[in-house]
Amino acid sequence: MHLAYPAVLAVLLFCVGLYGVLARRNAVLVLMAVELMLNAVNLNLVAFDAWLRDTLHAGQALTLFTIAIAAAEIGIGLAIVLLVHRNRGSSDIDRLRDLSEGGGPSTGDPGGGSREETSVTPATDNDTGNGPDQGVPESAAGRRPA
Amino acid sequence: MNPVVPQPLAAGHPGFLSATGVEVVFLLVGLVILGAALVTVTTKQLVHAALWLVVALGGIAVEYLLLTAEFIAWVQVLIYVGSVVVLLLFGLMLTRAPIGRSPDADSGNRWVALTVALAAAATLVTVVIDAFRATWIDLEQRTGPGKGSSEVTGTALFRHWVLPFEALSVLLLAALVGAIVLSRRQKAGER
Repeated sequence: MHLAYPAVLAVLLFCVGLYGVLARRNAVLVLMAVELMLNAVNLNLVAFDAWLRDTLHAGQALTLFTIAIAAAEIGIGLAIVLLVHRNRGSSDIDRLRDLSEGGGPSTGDPGGGSREETSVTPATDNDTGNGPDQGVPESAAGRRPA
Repeated sequence: MNPVVPQPLAAGHPGFLSATGVEVVFLLVGLVILGAALVTVTTKQLVHAALWLVVALGGIAVEYLLLTAEFIAWVQVLIYVGSVVVLLLFGLMLTRAPIGRSPDADSGNRWVALTVALAAAATLVTVVIDAFRATWIDLEQRTGPGKGSSEVTGTALFRHWVLPFEALSVLLLAALVGAIVLSRRQKAGER
């Protein structure tokens, strides 16, 4: 088989995934496009392993590692997306502008103006490791109505 | 020991016009993959994007089979088609993705994204074709188990790649604990 076929297919698939990452707005769809890019890389690895006839099978072993790391990445990524969705009520990437420079303060972002949940502590405070400090009063407050 | 330098370079060049059956099937499945991937990144219906992703990933599994990587192909079917797409569907469900057409699925900078993607595709296709114009993969199987069979892959994985394998298990454990911690904290925030 000509090596240009899998190489060109991998390139085109990577560019389709690149377009998806840049153009999509929903965070879950961005993760899907990332999966496409990772699969393009895997296809390249397998094709070059078949071409080089490596005795160590580096290409196929690295493909297995990439698949496992991609599975871990999609799990963590979806957990983060769900956390952002719970905190902000939206998983649109365009609205998550707390770290943007000069585009307006975090209280006056276009997405946050219509939402009442942005006045709560931002998501970065939840991630900075003060879980025990927050967990105790929240669980105590949670027991009260129950 | 197999030589590192591939043999088909010295062998007679098969040529572009005398495509073998494997190449024809590879091209057709590749077209299906590209079409499914394009629908995945452009459709307005979010659930349909996940379902077209199944077509693209399954087609890539077929390409692995054509490249004689059987074990990778079945791992691809098991992990990607079996679990990653299910995870993505659960993610769409839990983020309350709208059923049906959602007009704001694409960001406002999609034309910039299209420009970047087309430029990258043109550059990379030019470079790749220029680099690998005269290289052929020898997929002929001579004796013994295939290069991508589970026996050969397992031997290579557990003989030469044991240390990365164990490190990968630690990474998977870390990812598992991380996912549990992330979901536990959001559950505690709800109560």
